[in-house]
Formats: sequence, C-alpha cells, structure tokens
Amino acid sequence: MLRVCLRGVKATARKNSGRTRLTNLQHNRGYTAGESSGASRVVVAGLLTVSGGVGGTILYAKWDHKFRAAVEKNVPYSEWLLGLALGPAPQDTGLPIKKRMESLQPPSMMEKQMRTPTTKPEKKLKETAEHPAPDASSALVQSAQSIQEASAEATQIISAISEVQSVPAPCDTEAAATGREDCKECNDHTVAMEPTAVLQKTDSAGTAEPLTERPVEEVAARLAQQDQEENNVVASVSASLEDSLASSAQATLQAIGAQEAALQAIGQHTHKLKEAMEAEAPSEEKSTQWKDLETALADRTTSMNVAKTALLKANEALDSLKSVIDKSKGLKVAAARPLILAAEENLHKMVVDLDKVVSKVQSAESEAKIVAQYSELVNEAKQQFHREVSSLTPEIQANWKGLTGKLSTDDLNALIAHAHRRIDQLNRELAEQRVREQIHIDAALEQQKLEDQKALEKAVGTALQHVKEEARLEQEKKLAELREVIEAEMRTQLRRQAAAHTDHVRDVLKVQEQELKAEAEQVLSSKMLEQETRYRQLTQEQLDNFTLDMNAAYARLKGVEEAIDSHVEAEEEARKAHQLWLSVEALNYTLKTASAESPSMPLEDAAEAVRASCVDSDFALALASALPEKSLKRGVYSEASLRARFYSMRSLARRVALIDESHNTLYQYFLSYIQAALLFESQQEAPPTQLHSEDLDAFKLLSYASYCLEHGDLELAAKLVNQLRGEARRVVEDWLTEARLTLETRQVASLLSAYANAVGLGTTQAP
Amino acid sequence: MAAEHGRKWDRCLADTAVKTVTGISVGIVFSVLFFKRRTWPVSFGSGLGLGMGYSNCQHDFRSPYLIHGRVVKDQ
Repeated sequence: MLRVCLRGVKATARKNSGRTRLTNLQHNRGYTAGESSGASRVVVAGLLTVSGGVGGTILYAKWDHKFRAAVEKNVPYSEWLLGLALGPAPQDTGLPIKKRMESLQPPSMMEKQMRTPTTKPEKKLKETAEHPAPDASSALVQSAQSIQEASAEATQIISAISEVQSVPAPCDTEAAATGREDCKECNDHTVAMEPTAVLQKTDSAGTAEPLTERPVEEVAARLAQQDQEENNVVASVSASLEDSLASSAQATLQAIGAQEAALQAIGQHTHKLKEAMEAEAPSEEKSTQWKDLETALADRTTSMNVAKTALLKANEALDSLKSVIDKSKGLKVAAARPLILAAEENLHKMVVDLDKVVSKVQSAESEAKIVAQYSELVNEAKQQFHREVSSLTPEIQANWKGLTGKLSTDDLNALIAHAHRRIDQLNRELAEQRVREQIHIDAALEQQKLEDQKALEKAVGTALQHVKEEARLEQEKKLAELREVIEAEMRTQLRRQAAAHTDHVRDVLKVQEQELKAEAEQVLSSKMLEQETRYRQLTQEQLDNFTLDMNAAYARLKGVEEAIDSHVEAEEEARKAHQLWLSVEALNYTLKTASAESPSMPLEDAAEAVRASCVDSDFALALASALPEKSLKRGVYSEASLRARFYSMRSLARRVALIDESHNTLYQYFLSYIQAALLFESQQEAPPTQLHSEDLDAFKLLSYASYCLEHGDLELAAKLVNQLRGEARRVVEDWLTEARLTLETRQVASLLSAYANAVGLGTTQAP
Repeated sequence: MAAEHGRKWDRCLADTAVKTVTGISVGIVFSVLFFKRRTWPVSFGSGLGLGMGYSNCQHDFRSPYLIHGRVVKDQ
C-alpha cells in the first residue's frame, strides 16, 4: 500500500511540476532572461535560507544558553562565530539567584515554625509550673501537717520517755504511797526495782520460791501507771474539793452576810417601832415615822427572805461538800488525806460560823416579836379608845388632844363621865390583873424555863458536836504525820538490808564461779587432748591405706578408658568422613544430570544430605550453606548448554555493539547493524595474559570468550563477557547470570569434595 | 535479554507500520473530503505516522538508559 501511495505522490508531484513548468514556460515567454533569473532566484533563495537559518540560530543561541552550548559542541567553528556575534558565553548566574531566593524563603518559614513550637513548650512549662505549685503547696501543707504530726508524736514520745525515765528515781515515794494499800506487790516491786540487785528473793514477803523477777521496765511501767492513776485521782479529788469548798465558802459567806443584814434590819425595825410607840411627836412626824416604820418592816421582811434563801443555799453547799469529802475518803488515796483534812476543817468552821449567825438572828427575831406584840397591844388599846370616844362624841374628830374650845359643856360632861367610867373599869381590870399576875407569871416562867432548857440542850449539843469534830480532825492529822515518818524509816532500813544482801551474794557467787570454771576447764582440756591424739592416729592409718589402693585402681581405669575412647573416636571420625564423601559425590552426580537444554535437578536434596553429614564441621556447613538459592531450587545448566547459547548470543551482541547509554537512537542501531555486517573478526582468539584498553572492544572480547569456551574455561569466558558495556551487556546479562550460577555451584561442590577427600584421607588408618 | 531485544524490534516494526498506514488512511480521507484530492495530506499523514512510530521505537529502545530525575527542594 505504501508503494501505491508513493506512486500516487510521485504522479501528483510530476503533474504539479509539469504544471509549474508549463507556467514557468509561460512565464519564460514573457521574460526572456527567465532561465538566468530562475538560477539566480534559486541561488538568492538558497542564500536567504542559509542566512536566515544562521541568523535564527544566532538569535536563539543568544536567548537560550543551553542551545548555544549544544550548538558549539556539535557544530565545529560555531564557537568562533557565536563568540563574534554575541560575545563570550555567559556564566551560569541564573540558577544560584533562584536558589538564594528559595533559601531566603525557607529560613522565614523555619522561623515561623520555630515560634509555634516554642510557645507550646512554654505553655507546657506553665502548666507544669502551675501543677507543681499546687502540688508544692499541697505538698507543703502536707509536709507541714506531717511535721506537726511528727512533732506531736515526738513530744508524745519524749514525754512518754521522760515519764518512763523519771519513774525509777522517785520509786521510793510511790512505793511508799502504794505500800500502804498493796503491800505485797510493793515489796516485790521495790525488790525488783533495786538497780544493784541481780537476783533477789526476799523471804520477808513470804512469797513462793520460783517467783520470777519481773523485768525492770515492766515494773517501772506498772509503777508509772499506778502513779499516774494516783495523780489523776488526787488531782480530781483536789479539784472537786476545791470546787465544793469554794462554792460552799461563797454560799456561807453570802448566808452570813445576809443574816447579818437581816439582823441589822430587824434591829432597826424594832428600834423604830419602839420609838414610834414611846415617842409623843406631833401628827406629821408621826405619819413620817409610821412610813419609816413601814419601810423598815418591808426591809426587814426582804432581808429575812434573802437570809433564808442564802441559808438554804449555804446548807446545800455544805451538804455537797460533806458528800464530796465522804466520797474522797471512800477512795482511800493517801496523798489526798491532807486535802481532805483541810476541807473538813474548813467545813467545820463554816458550819460553826453559820450556826452562830443563825442563833443571833433568832434572838433578834424573838426580841422583835416581843416588841411587835407590845406594839400591837398598844395599837389595839388605842383603837379601842378611839372607838369609844367616837361612839360617844361622833362629831368630834380623831385627834382629840388638839381640841380645846370646841367642845360644849354637855360634851365635856359626857366625856368626863365616860372617862370616870373608864377609869373605874381599868381599876377593876387592874385589880383582876394583879390577882392573875402571879399565876400568869408562873406560867410564863415555866414556859420560859422549858424553852430555855430546850435551847440550852440544843446549844450544848451543837457545841459538843463541834468539839468532837475538832478533836477527830486533830487526831487524824497526827495519825497522818506519824504514819509518814514511820514509813520513811522503814523504807530506809529495808533498802539498807537489801543492798547489803545483794553485795554479799554477788561476791560469793563470783568467787564460786571462778573456782568452778578453772576446775572444769582443766579436766576438759586433758580429756580432749587424749581423745585427739588417739583419733588422729587411727584416721591417718586408714587414709594411707585407702589412698594407695585408690591410686592404683584409678590409674588402671584411666588407661583403659583412654584406649577405648581413642578407638571410638577414630571410628566415628572415619564414619563421618565416609558419609560426607558419599553425600558430596551425590551432589556432584546431581550436577551432572543437566542435559543439553534443561538445567540439572534441583540440588536441594543433595545439599540437605551434605549438611546432615557434616554437622560438626563449621567449614563444611558454611560451604553447604553457600550454595546459591537458585541452584538449590531450580538446578544449574551444564557447560555444554551454556556454550551453545553463547554462540546465538554472540551474534546479537555483535549487532548491538555500538549502542550504549548515550548513543542509543534508531540511527545508531542502524549503524551498529551495518558495522556488525561489515566487520570481520576472528572466530576465536586466544586472550592475552593482560587486558589492555583496546582489548575492551566488544568484538574482541567475544572472540576471546569464544576461545575460552572452546577450551573449557568457563570462568575466564564469563570474566571476559563481563567486560562488555552498554546494550551488548544488557543482551548477554542472563547468560552471564547463568554462567555465574554454574560456576558458583561447581566451585562449592569442588571445595566440598576436596574437603571430604582430605578428611577421608586423614581418618583412614593404614593397615 | 536477547529475546527481549527481539521482542522490542517486533513491537517496534508493528507499531510503526500500523501508525504509518493509519496516517496514510487519515490523509487520504482528509484529502478526499477537504483538500480536493491533493497529495499533500497523504504524504503528511504518512510522515506523521512514520515519525510517531520512529519516536516510539526509539523511546522503547532507550528506556533502560533513561534516567528519571526529580527536583528535590531544599526543605
């Protein structure tokens, strides 16, 4: 189809050219100098195009420096021309500027990046700072708390220690205090507490023999506890006593004060009453007097009430104090005794004072009663008289003393008559009264005697009581003092006795101990010596005999063992070597199974067998594992097949001999083909011992390789083929890998067989 | 590798042939339809086809030796 097209093209071209020629001829008819003008025209056109092309290249070269460089390289003498036209080629300044710009940009971006990461760590730092701050504060608080706790604990410990330590020193007084109550215990404690005593069994207590000495600390602790309890009790008792004393003292003082006030009020009242009764003052003063009297009466009553209540309170307080004293007496704690005694004394005093004051008040009251009665009677009489007078003379006013000229004679007469009558009456009454006087007086005396007796008895009783109480208190005080003194003396005596006893016993014991020790040591050492010597003799004899026998037997055994081992080893080695040799032979055989076109069997089984049979030899193991993977899986080609392949490959390599990395256009391929067709080299040429640079031509290399292959030297052939470059190299690449594989495998196999042979030779024993 | 070389050539020639013929046929079509049966579209098309085929062929043979570079920025 192409030829048809070409013919068509040619035909059209001819037609066109024909047409142009006709037109040209037509034109030529017009113009006589057409032929010359046509030639000149062609020349001109040609010159124009050439100059246009040159100018174009020059302009383009001016614009594009790479193009200029390419042109200068390829076209000879263009450098001179371009240099003439444009000046020398400029250096490359364009790119670095760009690079600098780019480099300028990144630092700015990097700065931005730097800034953002730095803010993050700052934030993190702040957070961590905040966290440690509360943590620190909390930790501080905690530490403060812990410090406080620790300090509290320390103080507790210190106080406890101090308490414990302080116990042994005042043990005497405590023991004395407790001794009165728990004597037995006390004795034991005192006995155990003696710091100089070592082992003390006093018979005074009469306790059983194996009374284990309590440890000092326990006793001290117990005593300390007891002391503490006592102290607590004493403190509480004293506190309660003081309280009750204070309250009762207060109450009694109050009561006494109130009673005295009542006394005074009563006295005043009676005085005023007496005054009011006896005095004959004018009416206004009388009224004021009566008023004062009323106020005094009111005062008296209030003070009496106050006194009563105060008295009640005081009695209550005294009762409570008594109960407290009784209670504290019931506790039977010795140290509180003086306090109790003092409290009792105070109580007694207060009671006495209170009684005195009460008696005073009572006497004053009785006086006041008498005066009040008297005043009542007087008042009554007065009132009666008033009534009579008023009944007689109704129109006259009450205060009849002031009247002088107002009364009429009748009235006066009546009044006088009345008065006379009254006088008569009164005289009669008086006579009666005189008669009855004695009787009344006797009766009153009798009554008074009785009352006096009662009062006397009461007073005597109270006085007796007081005296008894005082005597008892004094007795108790004396008892207490005496007891203390006796106790202290007893203690000192006991201590002395105990000290003397302990000293004596200690000395005796020491002496005894030493004596006994010396004796026993002597006996022991002599006996031991005897035994030692005898024993050593016997053992030595036995040892000597035994070692002799053992040495003989051992030597013999060793000899026998060595002989056997060497035999066994040798046999083992021989067996192994044999096995190895067999496996290597198998490997070689598999290598030979390669046919003309296909590779050999996979060498895996054979290699496995070789590995199994040379487990202890590192060298053989290394070799066995050095077999290339592909040969194990797929097998290797034989040398013959490689040789055959080489020839087909050779022609192809020749054909692409001119192609390499840079020259690889299709035109080059065409040239290369022509070269292969036209170049004749010898089929086989012996390679020199040293390769020079001109020997590295593809054709030569191939002929060398061919020679090597013909002479069976695959290795050298592979080496030579390895020197090919470019497309030729690519074409022969797989042949080369195959050749390498085969060579490797063969090398390993030959090494293994050499090794096996050597080992086998080494282990075979000469008959 | 030797086989590869042969295969490349086969591909090359087939490809060129196809392209040329296609070019010629397109040229003929164009010439008939638009250009009043002139010859130049045909030759133009055949030239196009041949050129494309040649270029492809060359690229194929060159492909092992082509280095594909990339501009690596400084960052």
